[in-house]
Amino acid sequence: ADIISTVEFNYAGDLLATGDKGGRVVIFQREQETKSRPLSRGEYNVYSTFQSHEPEFDYLKSLEIEEKINKIRWLPQQNAAHFLLSTNDKTIKLWKISERDKRAEGYNLKDEDGRLREPFRVTELRVPALKPMDLMVEASPRRIFANAHTYHINSISVNSDNATYLSADDLRINLWHLEVTNRSFNIVDIKPANMEELTEVITAAEFHPHQCNTFVYSSSKGTIRLCDMRSAALCDQHSKFFEEPEDPSSRSFFSEIISSISDVKFSHSGRYMMTRDYLSVKVWDLNMENRPVETYQVHEYLRSKLCSLYENDCIFDKFECCWNGTDSTIMTGSYNNFFRTFERNTLRDTTLEASRESSKPRAILKPRKVCTSGKRKKDEISVDSLDFNKKILHTAWHPMENIIAVAATNNLYLFQEKIN
Amino acid sequence: MFVRGLKRKCFDGEEDIEGTLAGIKAIPSYNLQRQSLLDMSLVKLQLCHMLVEPNLCRSVLIANTVRQIQEEMTQDGTWQMINTQSTGQASLDRLVSTDILCRSSRDQAEGKHVPAYGTFNKDFESDQAQDGSEAMSTASSVQAPRNLQSNVWEMENPQENKGNFQKSLDQIFETLENKSPSSVEDLFSEVDNSYYDLDTMLTGMMSNTKMGHCDSLETFSSPTNTASNSNCKSDLNDLDHIVEILVES
Repeated sequence: ADIISTVEFNYAGDLLATGDKGGRVVIFQREQETKSRPLSRGEYNVYSTFQSHEPEFDYLKSLEIEEKINKIRWLPQQNAAHFLLSTNDKTIKLWKISERDKRAEGYNLKDEDGRLREPFRVTELRVPALKPMDLMVEASPRRIFANAHTYHINSISVNSDNATYLSADDLRINLWHLEVTNRSFNIVDIKPANMEELTEVITAAEFHPHQCNTFVYSSSKGTIRLCDMRSAALCDQHSKFFEEPEDPSSRSFFSEIISSISDVKFSHSGRYMMTRDYLSVKVWDLNMENRPVETYQVHEYLRSKLCSLYENDCIFDKFECCWNGTDSTIMTGSYNNFFRTFERNTLRDTTLEASRESSKPRAILKPRKVCTSGKRKKDEISVDSLDFNKKILHTAWHPMENIIAVAATNNLYLFQEKIN
Repeated sequence: MFVRGLKRKCFDGEEDIEGTLAGIKAIPSYNLQRQSLLDMSLVKLQLCHMLVEPNLCRSVLIANTVRQIQEEMTQDGTWQMINTQSTGQASLDRLVSTDILCRSSRDQAEGKHVPAYGTFNKDFESDQAQDGSEAMSTASSVQAPRNLQSNVWEMENPQENKGNFQKSLDQIFETLENKSPSSVEDLFSEVDNSYYDLDTMLTGMMSNTKMGHCDSLETFSSPTNTASNSNCKSDLNDLDHIVEILVES
């Protein structure tokens, strides 16, 4: 199994897609609840596996293009087939996943094993009949959107109009039509005329869930820009600019690095958006640009360790975050295979661990605690014994129910709320 | 004391030997820590694994940190203050080393820095004993591969070295005087992808000067060379591919 690099539920929540470092996509499907097997309520099993991207070699730059899947985004379902977009650093692909559970039998011109029949042997005509067969799930690439990005793609986002989507790299954002692969429109370009003046890059971008003209993008300087595509063809001028003023008392040489936003996600309601920087998660009201409305500390105990984390490059880890279906709870990952959930109404936060030892099937997860002061209580973990190689960067929450998917390096964990 | 109001949160759990002494000694400790951070950052920028394109976001963040440190060092005149102390020579070495790190590719191609380094290293090594800081060891570990080479140069051309030394010092002063250190920017000029626009590349194919640019890019970091070695076979494919592009256009 390879390192999982992205996790995404579809709109109905019955399918869960994962992408990995080897360019593969694995889709899980939720089992239908049946009266005969009540205990298998909502288990996810492998539905389809396919190789989405292959490693490539860029001859002009003499550099490899990694096949690692950076993002997967589902399209809303419109017929029996499922569609998803998957992207690596340079190329986006539209995949169609369809089921085949019937097969036609009784052809006139060929035998059951496919051999052509001699015409003179055909004495009567019959209509082929559809007979059931073992379920076969096929994945086929329907569109390949290539050669539009000089820099590494970090985000894709499907528009609410179900016709267009955006793709963002470090310096540019392009708008595509799902049907058109030979053309894309550049809507944001922050590349300076002189690359020596480069001080800021785009880190994430997303379309508004309801307003098809609105999207946001975040930067490495901790700012978010909201753009309206109706105002101009090139959205270099933002409509709104979100930035929290820096706290001068906590300024250090690492301030900029830890302020760099690694993920931005609109709430399902479209009223709020959430950003993840190295130490915290912030919820912003789209109507208020000068500061977030809520801030949650994910692992504040790491603030005194920033130099070590800079040295071992952990400070550059890009954590994602996600909302639950009702926008009442947010979730994000941390180190030591810990992940955190924050309930916005009650301000209750929980730390849980995704590991084999602590997750027996059907066992309830025990909340974990990191010891920050000197005296370590029983069951607490001290900061120094945290494993920084075990990081949870990718998590996803079912769109309607309390089921979460947590990717811990090369393992996928699925947790659901216990129903009594 | 230290009026700046910056909390020294940089360094965690490390034995701050000088910090345990009286407050006056705390200032050079901060400077050493800052220098160590600067050295670490420059090493990080240099160690790109050039088989796969380096992460631009990470490079930008590290470069901004380097710029911030260099600006602060220029602003509070720290490096001028150090200049007047007995360890002045060694600190200049450090500044040279950081600058040389950034310029190494260019200067290697132009063959400038090596003779200039010669006179420095003699003093550097004697001062190393005096200043037993971690920062120095970081800088010296980077300089170590160059020491041997430059000592040889020094023995051969002492007169030439003095002239070159002055020249490169001027370059360094110039660099630090500009608020935007070109050493950091040099790194991004290497990342400039306009060269790889098809049009530019095609016109570059026609003129030899562009091919020279390609050579200096290869010397930028040795991993690139190993990459090209390991992809010998693909070089032939490269040629076919390039011919294909020329024909198609």
